[in-house]
Amino acid sequence: MLRFFHQLASPKHFYRIAGRWIPWLAAACTLLMLYGLYQGMVVAPTDYQQGDSYRIMFIHVPSAWMSLFIYVVMAAAGAVGLIWHMKLAEVIAISSAPIGASFTFLALITGSIWGKPMWGAWWVWDARLTAELILLFLYLGVMALYSAVEDKRTAARATAILAIVGVVNIPIIHYSVEWWNTLHQGPTVTKFGAPSIDLRMLIPLLVMAVAFKLFYLTVVLMRARVEVLARERNAQWVRELVDAP
Amino acid sequence: MNLHEFFNMGGYAVYVWSSYAIALVVLVANVLAPVRQRRKLLGQLARRQRRERRKP
Repeated sequence: MLRFFHQLASPKHFYRIAGRWIPWLAAACTLLMLYGLYQGMVVAPTDYQQGDSYRIMFIHVPSAWMSLFIYVVMAAAGAVGLIWHMKLAEVIAISSAPIGASFTFLALITGSIWGKPMWGAWWVWDARLTAELILLFLYLGVMALYSAVEDKRTAARATAILAIVGVVNIPIIHYSVEWWNTLHQGPTVTKFGAPSIDLRMLIPLLVMAVAFKLFYLTVVLMRARVEVLARERNAQWVRELVDAP
Repeated sequence: MNLHEFFNMGGYAVYVWSSYAIALVVLVANVLAPVRQRRKLLGQLARRQRRERRKP
Protein backbone atom coordinates (compact mmCIF):
# COMPACT_ATOMS: atom_id res chain seq x y z
CA MET A 1 0.00 0.00 0.00
CA LEU A 2 2.74 2.42 1.00
CA ARG A 3 4.69 1.48 -2.09
CA PHE A 4 1.61 2.19 -4.17
CA PHE A 5 1.36 5.74 -2.81
CA HIS A 6 5.06 6.25 -3.20
CA GLN A 7 4.81 5.26 -6.86
CA LEU A 8 1.75 7.42 -7.34
CA ALA A 9 3.73 10.43 -6.16
CA SER A 10 6.27 9.99 -8.95
CA PRO A 11 5.07 11.98 -11.98
CA LYS A 12 5.74 9.18 -14.45
CA HIS A 13 3.69 6.62 -12.54
CA PHE A 14 0.98 9.09 -11.78
CA TYR A 15 0.63 9.86 -15.47
CA ARG A 16 0.29 6.18 -16.31
CA ILE A 17 -2.01 5.17 -13.42
CA ALA A 18 -4.30 8.20 -13.84
CA GLY A 19 -4.56 7.44 -17.54
CA ARG A 20 -5.76 3.97 -16.69
CA TRP A 21 -8.36 5.18 -14.16
CA ILE A 22 -9.90 8.01 -16.16
CA PRO A 23 -12.08 5.91 -18.54
CA TRP A 24 -13.56 3.91 -15.64
CA LEU A 25 -14.23 7.00 -13.56
CA ALA A 26 -15.83 8.69 -16.56
CA ALA A 27 -18.04 5.67 -17.23
CA ALA A 28 -19.17 5.42 -13.59
CA CYS A 29 -19.85 9.17 -13.53
CA THR A 30 -21.94 9.05 -16.73
CA LEU A 31 -24.03 6.09 -15.55
CA LEU A 32 -24.71 7.64 -12.14
CA MET A 33 -25.57 10.99 -13.69
CA LEU A 34 -28.05 9.42 -16.12
CA TYR A 35 -29.65 7.42 -13.28
CA GLY A 36 -29.80 10.49 -11.04
CA LEU A 37 -31.33 12.62 -13.79
CA TYR A 38 -33.96 9.98 -14.56
CA GLN A 39 -34.86 9.71 -10.87
CA GLY A 40 -34.84 13.47 -10.42
CA MET A 41 -36.62 14.60 -13.56
CA VAL A 42 -39.12 11.75 -14.06
CA VAL A 43 -39.63 9.73 -10.86
CA ALA A 44 -39.45 12.43 -8.16
CA PRO A 45 -42.84 14.05 -7.45
CA THR A 46 -43.67 17.73 -7.92
CA ASP A 47 -42.99 19.89 -4.85
CA TYR A 48 -46.15 21.13 -3.12
CA GLN A 49 -44.76 24.66 -2.66
CA GLN A 50 -42.32 25.22 -5.52
CA GLY A 51 -43.93 23.11 -8.25
CA ASP A 52 -41.45 21.68 -10.73
CA SER A 53 -39.03 24.60 -10.38
CA TYR A 54 -37.39 22.78 -7.46
CA ARG A 55 -35.88 20.31 -9.99
CA ILE A 56 -33.12 22.89 -10.49
CA MET A 57 -31.99 21.62 -7.06
CA PHE A 58 -30.54 18.44 -8.59
CA ILE A 59 -27.77 20.46 -10.21
CA HIS A 60 -27.75 23.54 -7.96
CA VAL A 61 -27.14 21.76 -4.65
CA PRO A 62 -24.47 19.27 -5.87
CA SER A 63 -22.68 22.16 -7.63
CA ALA A 64 -22.71 24.22 -4.45
CA TRP A 65 -21.43 21.26 -2.41
CA MET A 66 -18.69 20.68 -4.97
CA SER A 67 -17.68 24.34 -4.92
CA LEU A 68 -16.90 23.99 -1.19
CA PHE A 69 -15.46 20.46 -1.42
CA ILE A 70 -13.06 21.32 -4.24
CA TYR A 71 -11.91 24.44 -2.41
CA VAL A 72 -11.01 22.39 0.68
CA VAL A 73 -9.22 19.79 -1.50
CA MET A 74 -7.35 22.58 -3.28
CA ALA A 75 -6.25 24.25 -0.03
CA ALA A 76 -5.30 20.90 1.57
CA ALA A 77 -3.29 19.82 -1.48
CA GLY A 78 -1.70 23.26 -1.55
CA ALA A 79 -0.69 22.87 2.10
CA VAL A 80 0.79 19.41 1.47
CA GLY A 81 2.77 20.85 -1.44
CA LEU A 82 3.94 23.74 0.71
CA ILE A 83 5.00 21.63 3.70
CA TRP A 84 6.42 18.47 2.10
CA HIS A 85 7.37 19.96 -1.28
CA MET A 86 5.35 17.27 -2.97
CA LYS A 87 5.08 18.23 -6.64
CA LEU A 88 2.02 16.09 -7.29
CA ALA A 89 0.07 17.87 -4.53
CA GLU A 90 0.89 21.22 -6.16
CA VAL A 91 -0.36 19.85 -9.47
CA ILE A 92 -3.63 18.61 -7.92
CA ALA A 93 -4.16 21.95 -6.18
CA ILE A 94 -3.70 24.05 -9.28
CA SER A 95 -5.68 21.64 -11.47
CA SER A 96 -8.61 21.91 -9.06
CA ALA A 97 -8.97 25.69 -9.32
CA PRO A 98 -10.71 26.01 -12.72
CA ILE A 99 -13.02 23.07 -11.95
CA GLY A 100 -13.96 24.57 -8.59
CA ALA A 101 -14.52 27.93 -10.25
CA SER A 102 -16.85 26.39 -12.82
CA PHE A 103 -18.91 24.61 -10.13
CA THR A 104 -19.13 27.86 -8.14
CA PHE A 105 -20.29 29.63 -11.29
CA LEU A 106 -22.83 26.87 -11.88
CA ALA A 107 -24.14 27.09 -8.30
CA LEU A 108 -24.50 30.88 -8.61
CA ILE A 109 -26.14 30.89 -12.03
CA THR A 110 -28.59 28.05 -11.34
CA GLY A 111 -29.39 29.65 -7.98
CA SER A 112 -30.10 32.88 -9.76
CA ILE A 113 -32.37 31.17 -12.29
CA TRP A 114 -34.14 29.36 -9.44
CA GLY A 115 -34.39 32.58 -7.41
CA LYS A 116 -36.21 34.51 -10.13
CA PRO A 117 -39.49 32.52 -10.03
CA MET A 118 -39.27 31.71 -6.28
CA TRP A 119 -38.01 34.96 -4.71
CA GLY A 120 -38.90 37.31 -7.56
CA ALA A 121 -35.30 38.45 -8.01
CA TRP A 122 -32.27 37.19 -9.94
CA TRP A 123 -29.93 38.32 -7.21
CA VAL A 124 -30.11 39.56 -3.62
CA TRP A 125 -27.18 40.54 -1.40
CA ASP A 126 -27.97 37.73 0.96
CA ALA A 127 -25.20 36.36 3.22
CA ARG A 128 -24.95 32.99 1.50
CA LEU A 129 -25.07 34.37 -2.02
CA THR A 130 -22.47 37.01 -1.25
CA ALA A 131 -20.13 34.51 0.41
CA GLU A 132 -20.45 32.16 -2.59
CA LEU A 133 -19.63 35.04 -4.92
CA ILE A 134 -16.50 35.73 -2.85
CA LEU A 135 -15.61 32.05 -3.29
CA LEU A 136 -15.76 32.51 -7.06
CA PHE A 137 -13.38 35.49 -6.78
CA LEU A 138 -11.03 33.40 -4.61
CA TYR A 139 -10.88 30.71 -7.28
CA LEU A 140 -10.29 33.30 -10.00
CA GLY A 141 -7.62 34.92 -7.83
CA VAL A 142 -5.82 31.59 -7.41
CA MET A 143 -5.91 30.99 -11.18
CA ALA A 144 -4.73 34.53 -12.01
CA LEU A 145 -1.89 34.39 -9.47
CA TYR A 146 -0.69 31.02 -10.76
CA SER A 147 -0.59 32.16 -14.37
CA ALA A 148 1.01 35.51 -13.47
CA VAL A 149 4.15 33.98 -11.90
CA GLU A 150 6.60 32.61 -14.46
CA ASP A 151 8.34 29.98 -12.32
CA LYS A 152 5.70 27.32 -11.70
CA ARG A 153 7.06 26.12 -8.35
CA THR A 154 7.09 29.65 -6.93
CA ALA A 155 3.63 30.18 -8.41
CA ALA A 156 2.37 27.00 -6.72
CA ARG A 157 3.67 28.16 -3.33
CA ALA A 158 2.09 31.61 -3.67
CA THR A 159 -1.27 30.22 -4.76
CA ALA A 160 -1.23 27.63 -1.95
CA ILE A 161 -0.94 30.44 0.61
CA LEU A 162 -3.79 32.37 -1.00
CA ALA A 163 -5.93 29.21 -1.09
CA ILE A 164 -5.23 28.41 2.57
CA VAL A 165 -6.12 31.94 3.71
CA GLY A 166 -9.34 31.73 1.72
CA VAL A 167 -10.48 28.64 3.62
CA VAL A 168 -11.92 31.03 6.23
CA ASN A 169 -14.74 31.65 3.75
CA ILE A 170 -15.85 27.98 3.73
CA PRO A 171 -17.48 27.82 7.21
CA ILE A 172 -18.96 31.26 6.53
CA ILE A 173 -20.76 29.88 3.48
CA HIS A 174 -21.82 26.72 5.27
CA TYR A 175 -23.22 28.41 8.38
CA SER A 176 -24.41 31.61 6.70
CA VAL A 177 -28.02 30.38 6.63
CA GLU A 178 -27.91 29.83 10.40
CA TRP A 179 -25.85 32.84 11.51
CA TRP A 180 -27.77 35.39 9.52
CA ASN A 181 -31.41 35.78 8.67
CA THR A 182 -31.11 34.93 5.00
CA LEU A 183 -33.52 34.65 2.13
CA HIS A 184 -31.70 31.49 1.14
CA GLN A 185 -33.44 28.52 2.73
CA GLY A 186 -31.84 26.61 5.59
CA PRO A 187 -30.29 23.16 5.33
CA THR A 188 -32.65 20.29 4.59
CA VAL A 189 -30.25 17.40 4.16
CA THR A 190 -27.43 17.87 6.66
CA LYS A 191 -29.46 18.96 9.66
CA PHE A 192 -29.69 16.61 12.61
CA GLY A 193 -32.46 14.06 12.78
CA ALA A 194 -34.41 13.01 9.72
CA PRO A 195 -33.89 15.17 6.63
CA SER A 196 -37.05 17.11 5.86
CA ILE A 197 -37.21 15.99 2.26
CA ASP A 198 -39.13 13.27 0.42
CA LEU A 199 -37.02 10.16 -0.14
CA ARG A 200 -37.83 10.23 -3.87
CA MET A 201 -36.23 13.69 -4.01
CA LEU A 202 -33.37 12.89 -1.62
CA ILE A 203 -32.13 9.82 -3.52
CA PRO A 204 -31.59 11.58 -6.89
CA LEU A 205 -30.00 14.49 -5.03
CA LEU A 206 -27.46 12.21 -3.36
CA VAL A 207 -26.88 10.25 -6.57
CA MET A 208 -26.17 13.49 -8.41
CA ALA A 209 -23.85 14.58 -5.60
CA VAL A 210 -21.80 11.38 -5.96
CA ALA A 211 -21.86 11.72 -9.77
CA PHE A 212 -20.50 15.29 -9.49
CA LYS A 213 -17.73 14.05 -7.17
CA LEU A 214 -16.77 11.42 -9.75
CA PHE A 215 -16.88 14.10 -12.43
CA TYR A 216 -14.45 16.23 -10.46
CA LEU A 217 -12.18 13.24 -9.91
CA THR A 218 -12.18 12.42 -13.62
CA VAL A 219 -11.54 15.97 -14.79
CA VAL A 220 -8.96 16.82 -12.13
CA LEU A 221 -6.93 13.74 -13.14
CA MET A 222 -7.17 14.78 -16.81
CA ARG A 223 -5.94 18.29 -15.99
CA ALA A 224 -3.25 17.01 -13.63
CA ARG A 225 -1.87 14.72 -16.35
CA VAL A 226 -1.44 17.66 -18.73
CA GLU A 227 0.16 19.74 -15.98
CA VAL A 228 2.56 16.89 -15.16
CA LEU A 229 3.54 16.60 -18.83
CA ALA A 230 4.16 20.34 -19.05
CA ARG A 231 6.30 20.40 -15.91
CA GLU A 232 8.28 17.29 -16.84
CA ARG A 233 8.76 18.30 -20.46
CA ASN A 234 12.52 17.76 -20.25
CA ALA A 235 12.35 14.36 -18.57
CA GLN A 236 13.37 11.30 -20.52
CA TRP A 237 9.99 9.55 -20.14
CA VAL A 238 8.13 12.55 -21.61
CA ARG A 239 10.52 12.62 -24.59
CA GLU A 240 9.86 8.95 -25.20
CA LEU A 241 6.12 9.50 -24.84
CA VAL A 242 6.17 12.33 -27.37
CA ASP A 243 8.06 10.16 -29.85
CA ALA A 244 5.64 7.26 -29.51
CA PRO A 245 2.30 8.49 -28.15
CA MET B 1 -46.36 11.94 -16.68
CA ASN B 2 -46.56 12.42 -20.44
CA LEU B 3 -43.95 14.01 -22.68
CA HIS B 4 -45.68 17.38 -22.83
CA GLU B 5 -45.86 17.65 -19.05
CA PHE B 6 -42.21 16.61 -18.83
CA PHE B 7 -41.02 19.39 -21.13
CA ASN B 8 -43.42 21.94 -19.65
CA MET B 9 -42.10 21.43 -16.07
CA GLY B 10 -45.33 22.78 -14.55
CA GLY B 11 -44.83 26.12 -16.28
CA TYR B 12 -41.22 26.48 -15.12
CA ALA B 13 -39.75 25.08 -18.35
CA VAL B 14 -37.66 28.17 -19.15
CA TYR B 15 -36.01 28.17 -15.72
CA VAL B 16 -35.49 24.42 -15.34
CA TRP B 17 -34.25 23.70 -18.86
CA SER B 18 -32.00 26.74 -19.08
CA SER B 19 -30.36 25.63 -15.82
CA TYR B 20 -29.76 22.16 -17.20
CA ALA B 21 -28.50 23.52 -20.51
CA ILE B 22 -25.96 25.76 -18.75
CA ALA B 23 -24.89 22.83 -16.55
CA LEU B 24 -24.34 20.69 -19.64
CA VAL B 25 -22.24 23.40 -21.31
CA VAL B 26 -20.10 23.85 -18.17
CA LEU B 27 -19.52 20.09 -17.77
CA VAL B 28 -18.65 19.57 -21.45
CA ALA B 29 -16.27 22.56 -21.39
CA ASN B 30 -14.53 21.03 -18.36
CA VAL B 31 -13.93 17.81 -20.26
CA LEU B 32 -12.82 19.48 -23.50
CA ALA B 33 -10.36 21.93 -21.90
CA PRO B 34 -7.78 19.33 -20.75
CA VAL B 35 -8.20 17.30 -23.97
CA ARG B 36 -7.36 20.37 -26.03
CA GLN B 37 -4.49 21.44 -23.77
CA ARG B 38 -2.98 17.97 -23.94
CA ARG B 39 -3.13 17.90 -27.74
CA LYS B 40 -1.57 21.37 -27.95
CA LEU B 41 1.22 20.50 -25.52
CA LEU B 42 2.08 17.19 -27.22
CA GLY B 43 2.21 19.03 -30.57
CA GLN B 44 4.59 21.64 -29.13
CA LEU B 45 6.87 19.01 -27.60
CA ALA B 46 6.92 16.94 -30.79
CA ARG B 47 7.93 20.00 -32.85
CA ARG B 48 10.66 20.80 -30.33
CA GLN B 49 12.06 17.30 -30.54
CA ARG B 50 12.06 17.34 -34.34
CA ARG B 51 13.93 20.66 -34.28
CA GLU B 52 16.54 19.28 -31.88
CA ARG B 53 17.14 16.24 -34.06
CA ARG B 54 17.77 18.33 -37.19
CA LYS B 55 20.65 20.30 -35.64
CA PRO B 56 22.93 17.86 -33.81
